[in-house]
Amino acid sequence: MSKISDVVKRARAAYNTGLTRPLQFRIQQLEALRRMIQERRSDITEALAADLHKNEWTAYYEEVIYVLEEIEYTIKKLPEWAKDEPVEKTPETQQDESYIHSEPLGVVLIIGTWNYPFNLTIQPMVGAIAAGNAVVLKPSELSENMANLLATILPQYLDKDLYPVINGGVPETTEVLKERFDHIFYTGSTGVGKIVMMAAAKHLTPVTLELGGKSPCYVDKDCNLDVACRRIAWGKFMNSGQTCVAPDYILCDASIQHQIVEKLKKSLKEFYGEDAKKSRDYGRIINARHFQRVMGLIEGQKVAHGGTGDMASRYIAPTILTDVDPQSQVMQEEIFGPVMPIVCVRSLEEAIQFINQREKPLALYVFSNNNNVIKKMISETSSGGVTANDVIVHITVHSLPFGGVGNSGMGAYHGKKSFETFSHSRSCLVRSLLNDDAHKARYPPSPAKVRGGEWPPHSLTSAQGVLR
Amino acid sequence: MSAKDPGSEPSLGMDPFEDTLRRLREAFGSGLTRLAEFRVAQLEGLSRFLRENRQLLLDTLAQDLHKSAFEADMAEFILCQNEVDLALRSLHTWMKDEPVATNLLTKLDSAFIRKEPFGLVLIIAPWNYPLNLTLVPLVGAIAAGNCVILKPSEVSKGTEKVLAEVLPQYLDQSCFAVVLGGPEETKQLLEHRFDHILFTGSPCVGKIVMAAAAKHLTPVTLELGGKNPCYVDDDCDPQTVANRVAWFRYFNAGQTCVAPDYVLCSPETRERLLPALQNAIARFYGDDPQRSPNLGRIISQKHFERLQGLLGCGRVAIGGQSDESERYIAPTVLVDVQETEPVMQEEIFGPILPLVSVRSLDEAIDFINRREKPLALYAFSNSTQVVQRVLAQTSSGGFCGNDGFMHMTLASLPFGGVGNSGMGRYHGKFSFDTFSNHRACLLSPSGLEILNEIRYPPYSNWSQQLIRWALDSQSCTLL
Repeated sequence: MSKISDVVKRARAAYNTGLTRPLQFRIQQLEALRRMIQERRSDITEALAADLHKNEWTAYYEEVIYVLEEIEYTIKKLPEWAKDEPVEKTPETQQDESYIHSEPLGVVLIIGTWNYPFNLTIQPMVGAIAAGNAVVLKPSELSENMANLLATILPQYLDKDLYPVINGGVPETTEVLKERFDHIFYTGSTGVGKIVMMAAAKHLTPVTLELGGKSPCYVDKDCNLDVACRRIAWGKFMNSGQTCVAPDYILCDASIQHQIVEKLKKSLKEFYGEDAKKSRDYGRIINARHFQRVMGLIEGQKVAHGGTGDMASRYIAPTILTDVDPQSQVMQEEIFGPVMPIVCVRSLEEAIQFINQREKPLALYVFSNNNNVIKKMISETSSGGVTANDVIVHITVHSLPFGGVGNSGMGAYHGKKSFETFSHSRSCLVRSLLNDDAHKARYPPSPAKVRGGEWPPHSLTSAQGVLR
Repeated sequence: MSAKDPGSEPSLGMDPFEDTLRRLREAFGSGLTRLAEFRVAQLEGLSRFLRENRQLLLDTLAQDLHKSAFEADMAEFILCQNEVDLALRSLHTWMKDEPVATNLLTKLDSAFIRKEPFGLVLIIAPWNYPLNLTLVPLVGAIAAGNCVILKPSEVSKGTEKVLAEVLPQYLDQSCFAVVLGGPEETKQLLEHRFDHILFTGSPCVGKIVMAAAAKHLTPVTLELGGKNPCYVDDDCDPQTVANRVAWFRYFNAGQTCVAPDYVLCSPETRERLLPALQNAIARFYGDDPQRSPNLGRIISQKHFERLQGLLGCGRVAIGGQSDESERYIAPTVLVDVQETEPVMQEEIFGPILPLVSVRSLDEAIDFINRREKPLALYAFSNSTQVVQRVLAQTSSGGFCGNDGFMHMTLASLPFGGVGNSGMGRYHGKFSFDTFSNHRACLLSPSGLEILNEIRYPPYSNWSQQLIRWALDSQSCTLL
């Protein structure tokens, strides 16, 4: 166990040498990361195939490509992001320099997760490196193959001391959380998020928690159901439903429930064929425990499609449930599997109320041709993010921060937001030592006429003009 | 939430805060605070509170901290008024959706960041600037559309009373409440769920607040403290430096989280600074500072005794007097202090300034970096290079070159700590942003589904080629 504390100590010592401060160094490390991804692409794909039944396409276009894009974008923008940002001055500080100066925090801990084990571990790392930190990575042990791969290949391309990988299960994670970091970035469940924040509190370590919840998907009567269902099916069943921003459940009027089921089925057939088990493109559940959990959610429900599973291959068929009771188990926890419950509501207002009675989700989806419906849904609810008339894609836009609110998390990242998350914005004012006379008015003793408090005091020449 | 039978007895050990919290949550749920007009009315109420109760507040600040009207204006009233005015001027701009650039395939969409209130915000305020450190966060929380529970410090009793009894009359009490109590009550309050907590106080209590917040996954802004180093270079005019350092050190009798806590300088500069500091102190507070109306008093017996203890560290070079009956501590300068002595181990928070000798700038920087990151850091030098070097080789919440905490007067600069001195930030627009959820929104048109075709399975060789083309030629995301 002392090995973990040694690894962290080494990372801190390496950070303290100042090695990561020059932008050139950080860019070199990012370029090395890019080379790693390009050169080891097949190893990465193999690990994803072994862990989650991903194939070359899904591995690249659902995970790896975003990391490559983030690296490109970051390398390009880093000089601009790292610059001092001048700010508006007050009348008294016109002669001075005032700006916000970005600095690294120090040693950052990134705890990855298993559903997009490459992306959700490495994409945050890009921002942490760009901001000039040392980064300790703790990949998820559930995606075992990726965890082992990262431990092998990262040290072959990146500085070994600054960016170590620590592997292990709950005991190792607990151990690493005892160490002091300057920021902890965690992706995972609400339950463990609390544990991470509690551990961070002992050291006053700021945290970014990317958690989850049940992301609602409201389908209005007035919408193009063919397109809507296609997009929903794509986002829901990708990676066999194991996506934190997947539409978790559908809310719709009872009159369109049947159509939705039919159109979802149609899209599923287009995507995965008659038997999804035979499709190269359909994923598997990460492990037996989650397999059983998800299968359990189907029990007692009205199954309109699917509902079967095979324990040996951890395959669960794309499943649609209808007329779901909001009190049932499938509506109590984040599904994180290929099961789509449909809950009937009688109006947009009822849908909004339904959503607001629950924890704030990571994502919220609304399908409608009517802009007023979309506007109302957004204005009267809260969530980490929203896509209207599609699913998931808001998280692919660089300039939109990706994060949760309430139970779905705190803080955000992606693009410039990552750089900001992993930096300290230091407020700076630089004045001159010459001419102290100009400051005379601020020093005591105060002139007699101000004592006793007229408002505003006449000796102070402007609203801000106090500290002259 | 069951309806209460009007005739029923309250249950034993009932939580005193539950009703208030529930009431405020319901008010938030009604959507009342979302409206710009409502927020404007609250902010105008705050403005009126400050104007109409000026004399009352001056009296209470004098009572709590022996604050002069001058200091009260500078560091309490004017800063609060400015924040209210800025929020009133800027609210509509701040509330607007912030459009963002998109990549090519999403060009047809509308992408923006929507600022939303969190819901119920808790502000826990300290005693040293009891008006400022309560109202400035309040401005931000209200502007951002939240309902707010205020927990003023029980230590600054006069101000606590005014905030509890007078302030609510100026605000809509369905969305705002003041709760009172000491550490026990605060602990009980913290068991409840809030949507954001802003706490100003010590790192030690900051940890308790964050741990309590963790149980509910409540984001926190912690404005803490530490020992703010003040490096004084050989290349400087000692009197100018002494004026500035002394003023910012002894302001509010040293009870300022961003005050210069200790000086680092060479022995030669120390010798030049001492008479200059003596001059500055005499100039500001007269020959008998205890009689000066411009010097504050220590907030409580407990802190007075703590500071009296610190007077025994090192050697008193200037001042050193104290008077328990008034909780008065003279503006004091200490020399020959050891790092291990209490005055160099804890945040002083009083009118005592140790001068610590270092032999070089390097040594000063090492000294600073061996310690926790402070809330503020100061460097005095005629040489820009020296100032820049101190900035580049250290870290702190904020930094000012050649002056004390002037950086606090710019609403365009965020105010917050790093490491042990805190997390998060506020002031001006940063307050609004801190108390808002930044919701990432993308409006995708229903049509033009053809562009999405390539993202759907089954993934054949053909689609792979098509994607490669799309990506190579525009380096944009597929989806």
